[in-house]
Amino acid sequence: MLQQIENNEVIDQSTSNTSIQTNIEKELLKNMIWLRMCEETLVKLYPEQEMRTPCHFATGQEAIATGVCQALSQGDVVYSHHRCHNHYLAAGGSFFKLAAELYGRLEGCSNGKGGSVHLTARDKGFIISSAILGEDIAVAAGSAFAFKIDKLPYVAVPFFGDASCEEGSFYETLNFASLNKIPALFICENNLYSTESHIDIRAASGATIHGRAKALGIETAAIDGNNVFEVYNTVKSVLPKIRSGNGPFFLECATYRWREHVGPNFDYNVPNRTYRSKEEQEYWINERCPIKSAKQLLLNNGTVTAVEIENWEASMQIEIDDAIKRAKQGTWPDVSSLLENVY
Amino acid sequence: MRNLKFAEAVSEGIIQGMEADPNVILMGNSISYNSGALGTTCEANKRFSHRVFETPSMENAITGIAIGAAAMGKRPILYHARADFLFLAMDQMLNLAAKWKYMYSGNAGTVPIVVRAVVGKGWGQGATHSQSLHSLFAHFPGINVVLPNSPEDAKGLLLSALTLDSPTVIFEHRTVYNNVGPVNEERYFTPIGKAKIVRAGKDITIVATSHMVTEATIAAEALAKEGVDTEVIDLRTIRPLDEETILESIKKTGHLLVVDTSWELCGVSSEIAGLAAEKAFYHLKSPVRRMSTANCPQPVSLPLESAFFPKASNIVRNVLNMLGKNSSDNIDIDLKDNFKGPY
Repeated sequence: MLQQIENNEVIDQSTSNTSIQTNIEKELLKNMIWLRMCEETLVKLYPEQEMRTPCHFATGQEAIATGVCQALSQGDVVYSHHRCHNHYLAAGGSFFKLAAELYGRLEGCSNGKGGSVHLTARDKGFIISSAILGEDIAVAAGSAFAFKIDKLPYVAVPFFGDASCEEGSFYETLNFASLNKIPALFICENNLYSTESHIDIRAASGATIHGRAKALGIETAAIDGNNVFEVYNTVKSVLPKIRSGNGPFFLECATYRWREHVGPNFDYNVPNRTYRSKEEQEYWINERCPIKSAKQLLLNNGTVTAVEIENWEASMQIEIDDAIKRAKQGTWPDVSSLLENVY
Repeated sequence: MRNLKFAEAVSEGIIQGMEADPNVILMGNSISYNSGALGTTCEANKRFSHRVFETPSMENAITGIAIGAAAMGKRPILYHARADFLFLAMDQMLNLAAKWKYMYSGNAGTVPIVVRAVVGKGWGQGATHSQSLHSLFAHFPGINVVLPNSPEDAKGLLLSALTLDSPTVIFEHRTVYNNVGPVNEERYFTPIGKAKIVRAGKDITIVATSHMVTEATIAAEALAKEGVDTEVIDLRTIRPLDEETILESIKKTGHLLVVDTSWELCGVSSEIAGLAAEKAFYHLKSPVRRMSTANCPQPVSLPLESAFFPKASNIVRNVLNMLGKNSSDNIDIDLKDNFKGPY
């Protein structure tokens, strides 16, 4: 996807600004729908017990992955955490390879050895995701540090959640990033919950996440992470400064996880799952859905038609169904490969 | 061949590694001063100052940063003035670096970081400045664990580590910094995963790690006067472990004593004893013995500290006892602790 957008932009330079804007707005909506349809397909199939890997579904958080990745260029790199399907797909990772990975097949992006939280699509700039909180913040900063050493115009982007901002790695990395003015774009997806623990009982009063970054001398912004246009435009506007050596930027994006921490259910359908109310969940699902609001906006201003969206969805469904079918028929890794790639 | 001190050999290895590969960089706290890193980075700092990076105290994130830089093609050498600080770096080293190649089946590339860590001993270094964590790290597949004793190996093993796909941790015992020995001026590679017979003998095998190779060699010379022909094996690497050299020696001598710089329980001395029991049982003429640090944290007070470490005189007593020989009470061969502190 990074490659594709780069090409689009090159082509679009000959057309009017309005046309560029229209194309990008449509692309943003289309990409979010792709992420949603992929993830919700996995959600539906998950209870079949054929994907034997803990999945942290990210339904509801599409705008951040889409808005950030669509603003990046070839050569930029992305890192993610346990809730990584959206980031992998938004960067251009193959859905077939994701599904095959979840089914434990050789055709998976990590040949079936990684599972849901250990994805890679290096050729798309999605280097890796890993499960331990705070890890990828430092690792992405290391890639940014390498870009700085080599005087390359690339940016490294870690996606991480609000709970990662409680880890020591977060503070250590931000200090280093600020000190060395590395080309990193820190994307915090604040979805309010760490497993089942609300941020209000985890954060000191008044200690906003972006405020912590600011205290370390990093330029920051806090935005609506469910507004894909705001995410995209913010990232697009800060990237040139990051690339030109002004140092890192920290973006806190407010969002919400629709489904349970790990697994396919809505919490309100799970007995004794009382850590958040049904009303709160329904508010975010019905009133704050990033796709619903983007769709409405683009339909209202005539950027896209309902028929266009239906056509996208129909062709995406065909692609998804085909990918699932092929993934389920994928090859089991031979036991002889158990010890391969340790060193 | 000229003789070099241990620190000079490490320094020469670093320089030749940096000359051969422009991607080799150094990172650590206080490494960019002439007094830093026990003198091992002074020359690199003079010759390649733009590739020597001073870092804040951030053992966790700096390891992640090294990994992220390595993912972009760098070969970082990280320095820790005391190995005890590696506890803070274990997540990145073991949850990510050691697993990187395997988890993503090689599709995300490799992260061949090299971590140097100095192990303290004596002059009241105390419980948290004197631990050698090699057995702990060696538990995990995917990482190389190296313990040089001679200047020659310090250089050759470091240069080898800089050619591997996998991460390496090198434990440099403070006491082996006293060692002086012949070092080839060329850039050469000492194989990682291959033990060295430093003294050939036929009566008993002593397998030793790091500084204990020095103690075992002193003991072997004293034992020769008692008519005991001792074979001393310097493990050099404990992961991968060179089983063949150990087993061949046991088959020859029939007796095995293992001497290590860390604790027995779940330690490398137990691993070697287990190896002998499993694969050389019928060649053993006496029970295997282990000598290691006492089963307590390291105390500071002089008589307690002195009793804490295995030393040459005790090795002699153990060997004579294993072979059914009498030993005199006064064996005056132990190294005088000439370390004047404080660091």
